[in-house]
Amino acid sequence: MLDVAPLLSFGVNGKQVRIASAPTKRLSQVLRDDLGLTGTKVGCDAGDCGACTVLLDGAPVCSCLTAAGQVGGSEITTIEGLSSQTQTGGALQRAFHDHGAAQCGICTPGMLVSAAALLDRVESPSEEQICDALGGVLCRCTGYRKIVAAVLAAARRSDSAGQTLESGRSVGARVLRLDGQLKITGRDLFGADTIPTETLLCRVIRSPHHHAKFGLGDLEHFVAAHPGIVRVFTAADVPGRNCFGVIAPFADQPVFAIEETRFKGEAVAAVVGEPDAIAALDLAQFPITWQVLPALLTIGEALADSAPLIHIGRAQNILVGGRVVTGNVDEALASADLVVEGAFETGFVEHAYIEPEAGFARRVGDRVEITACTQSPYMDRDDIAAILGIAPADVRIVPTAVGGGFGSKLDLSIQPFIAVAAWQLDRPVAMIYSRPESITSTTKRHPASIRMRAGASRDGKLVGVDFAGDFNTGAYASWGPTVANRVPVHASGPYVVPHYRALTRAVHTHCVPAGAFRGFGVPQMAVAQEQLFDELALGLGLDPLEFRIRNALRAETPTVTGQVLGAGVGIKACLEALREPWRSARSAAEEFNANAAGSKRRGVGLAGMWYGCGNTSLSNPSTIRIGITRNGRVALHQGAVDIGQGSNTVVAQIAADALGVELVAIDLVSADTDLTPDCGKTSASRQTFVTGKAAFLAGQALRSKILRLANAGPQAALGLNEGSLAICEGETVRQIDLASLPTDAHGYVLSAEETFDPPTSPLDEDGQGVPYAVFGFGAHMAEIEVDVALGTVKALKITAAHDVGRAINPTLVEGQIEGGIAQGLGLALMEEFFPGRGENLHDYLIPTIGDVPPIESILIEDASPLGPYGAKGIGEQALIPTAPAILNAIHHATGVRIYRVPVTPDRLRAAIVQSHRQPADPGTA
Amino acid sequence: MSILVRPASLAQAAEFLAARDYTILCGGTDVFPALVDRPPASAMLDLSRLDEIRGVSLQQGAIRIGGATTWSEIIYAPLPPAFDALKAAAREVGSVQIQNRGTIAGNLCNASPAADGVPPLLALDAQVELVSSCGIRRLALADFILGNRHTARAPDEILSAVLIPEPHACARSAFVKLGARRYLVISIVMVAVVVDCAPDHTICDARIAVGSASVVATRLAALEGRLRGQRIDLNLSHTISAQELAPLAPIDDVRATAGYRLDAARELIARALMQACEAHAHA
Repeated sequence: MLDVAPLLSFGVNGKQVRIASAPTKRLSQVLRDDLGLTGTKVGCDAGDCGACTVLLDGAPVCSCLTAAGQVGGSEITTIEGLSSQTQTGGALQRAFHDHGAAQCGICTPGMLVSAAALLDRVESPSEEQICDALGGVLCRCTGYRKIVAAVLAAARRSDSAGQTLESGRSVGARVLRLDGQLKITGRDLFGADTIPTETLLCRVIRSPHHHAKFGLGDLEHFVAAHPGIVRVFTAADVPGRNCFGVIAPFADQPVFAIEETRFKGEAVAAVVGEPDAIAALDLAQFPITWQVLPALLTIGEALADSAPLIHIGRAQNILVGGRVVTGNVDEALASADLVVEGAFETGFVEHAYIEPEAGFARRVGDRVEITACTQSPYMDRDDIAAILGIAPADVRIVPTAVGGGFGSKLDLSIQPFIAVAAWQLDRPVAMIYSRPESITSTTKRHPASIRMRAGASRDGKLVGVDFAGDFNTGAYASWGPTVANRVPVHASGPYVVPHYRALTRAVHTHCVPAGAFRGFGVPQMAVAQEQLFDELALGLGLDPLEFRIRNALRAETPTVTGQVLGAGVGIKACLEALREPWRSARSAAEEFNANAAGSKRRGVGLAGMWYGCGNTSLSNPSTIRIGITRNGRVALHQGAVDIGQGSNTVVAQIAADALGVELVAIDLVSADTDLTPDCGKTSASRQTFVTGKAAFLAGQALRSKILRLANAGPQAALGLNEGSLAICEGETVRQIDLASLPTDAHGYVLSAEETFDPPTSPLDEDGQGVPYAVFGFGAHMAEIEVDVALGTVKALKITAAHDVGRAINPTLVEGQIEGGIAQGLGLALMEEFFPGRGENLHDYLIPTIGDVPPIESILIEDASPLGPYGAKGIGEQALIPTAPAILNAIHHATGVRIYRVPVTPDRLRAAIVQSHRQPADPGTA
Repeated sequence: MSILVRPASLAQAAEFLAARDYTILCGGTDVFPALVDRPPASAMLDLSRLDEIRGVSLQQGAIRIGGATTWSEIIYAPLPPAFDALKAAAREVGSVQIQNRGTIAGNLCNASPAADGVPPLLALDAQVELVSSCGIRRLALADFILGNRHTARAPDEILSAVLIPEPHACARSAFVKLGARRYLVISIVMVAVVVDCAPDHTICDARIAVGSASVVATRLAALEGRLRGQRIDLNLSHTISAQELAPLAPIDDVRATAGYRLDAARELIARALMQACEAHAHA
């Protein structure tokens, strides 16, 4: 029998559906667009990420690789039906919630569906079976360990890892993520999930060349020849400033290039049309001619004397330089007992969040509203206002749930295109980046080219560090200045270095712009610095751990910028916490190697870390509003975008305790520039510290108002009930009838708004001053196994000690640590993006569930006097020491020093072969 | 409007193909990724419900694997130990999600230099069966895959089955794949071997195929010949000559350098042979 029927009939979550749809359409699209089942996520459309996994007659498949017409007569189970259609789905969802196995939540539906298929078949699977079953679903946030733990717990039917809360004791508790239920049920709405029907779609025409001139053809004819295409937008259609950038003085990136493009993937035009017309569009038909120009792709090429300027006015193609100098490093190194040096290289690293950029814009009268994934709503607002030539107040940014960001969603992506189109057409316009488009056009981690010397005295004291780092910042500024300024402050590591010179340059090339990525250049720096400090220790015959402890910063010792922190310097405690595991792991590895017959060698390495929370010497305030409604609820206007790290939960915990109410009394009003005051960007490990502190101050301020109103003392307990507020002091209870009170402009009977801006000072010309009010500290120990015949590295365990000041929510802190370690492992071993090549998730590799080893987190709480309840940031801190710890472990295992990451199997094998030929020659491998 | 034709029999499918061009669809695990962000072909021929070209059977001294058999079905099929390499390769094809949909015929027709299924099938001396409205023909697998994404399949032909001569009962096999991460990885290099040997690891017969180190995965006939009658150990990797690896022509790409691929191929050949010999010893 032949059926060529456009009417598709199949079962979904136990119900029969009959819909008219193209049978060759991807099942994922039909589920999402035609059936509204947006819990199934699309991350790559290529089977590389598994986010779209559904059950097809009980078997997990990628719905993006299945034609809708192929499932006729079959039964599909999606996340929406998982608890009813599978035996174990419900238990798995509870376990994921309890264990913090969902962070951003974009991979969670695919993980849960895959895990249910396993548990329905295998009652108590081994960890290996779990990894085999989930190996096809990528997660970029969690580091997978809590996912493995959740599946094991669901199989055991074991109880919750979450804690139930006492009133007013939220801080420090393992509070379950407040948005977690949405994430485990597939109901959380990400950028691509909120697009209304009847919305036009946008596709962007991008440069296929690194550097080119172009000429546009007959656009009117193109539109006329393509029914359903509404309009083509180019630079001429930008009503305001055809330029944007995250740091206003350096803003240089056009919405649409004019005549010349500076990187492969740069936008030149946007085609907007009806969804079917856009879906059928062959972009190769777009009328444009290209003239390829010579491209500068490396730092060396861009700095060459003969190199043409990529931007007029940026001499030598240098965007900006950074400098921190103290003491006399040349003299210090000349008189040091041992000086080591090396030249280190790192590549572009892609953020590879599983959610490609997506959202829609609509014009509302003379305002524009953008609903999209972002890390920085107020920055988006201001730049979109400039692009449209309207006032910032006339732009509303409504962040959706964000399926991972890690720094790249700080920059504008889809927003300028959909804003310009919606503004001009007065119709909603949406855009969803494909995976290649996301990889091609959005920012990356800066490749670094580092030369570093470090010296120590015979007794194991660091005497000097001389650091020079060039960072490939790509075609446009993005966060290049931030990297150039942050790195020189940090290149001492968390140690006392009396003589110091750190110089950096952000260098333009014809590559994709490099921007913010978890650590702003510090992870690249640490690859050099922590390896050289190991060399110093080994060269002096000292234990690498004890060498670091001896040199660790203390509360009273000045940093390289002359800052004396005074308190909250937990690096020594972190290192000391590793002492016992270090000794036993080192000796176990050495014993293993002494008896090794085959090609496996084990090694143990460690690295320390420090990282300043918030902007470098720049104001970065957060403002929190908190109010009590007439019906006795607490509204927390929490504008810090939760990109999976947990600010929705952490900020609420802090506010609840500062106000003195139960967490369940709080209703979140999440980021929306019309509803929440500016909490700055989710970046620089600042939200727990800065926004958390604002929440603390706002909670306290509201509490003070209430206590004054009740004439009660500071110890009084608050109790919120429907329409009333009870203030209890000993036996005395005073009731405030909330419904009888007048409301303020925001609709609250009682409210407070407080701002916190971390106190810093500008750095002088030698970089001296107070760049950050608070630093986080940490140290990682990596245990690894090298197959010396193949050059492969298997991580066996990571032990991570972090001084977080105060763990507001230990589960979320561990989640940040584990996720940071996974990204650090990727940086060390497998991740490198080559502009123009491999713009997908099968050529660009991130760690899978089988690559991240067990992780033991040790939380040190050396309170910051400034942070809320002593808390410091952890988001970026967690990533920084992993790569150098792994590299030091590789050295321990093989004697080979690694000067270029990622150390892929071919690179490590070449280094091993080289080391067998001749003694190690630092800096040339 | 696009069409998806779902024939009810192989003969009917062949008739459709004779009449006009279709993109053949079965598991979809190569067809859809190849689209990237372009629309699907306007006409697709879906073979996924043709049970007659699905499943594993023994016929006239040959093992017949239907072209539409998925990798998951191969993993769970009762097959002799000589197929352990094929099963191990099946477990490395993408992920569980891919193995549940991707088919053996799709893997061969897609003709990627890194197709996981090809080395074990070469080592098993597999043939492919091609059906069209004009009839049936059989080709050795080595004669079917001609280059990167290039096969001897005519546009009107369907790869209906893979045929493998029944291996010697003593034959053992192994598959080793080297990639830069644990799951969902395109191999840097991979090796499949089918071995018959004495308990002391003296090789009676070894068939060795290497993938991802040339445009088409290839057998190493000179090495196979030299090893016959030899007792092997792990030092074997050091004895493999450049000439014995001459059929390989690896390239530099984002995954590894050409030189590394040759180096790793030597090591993996030795490991795969040892693994197969040990399986033999424990049989």
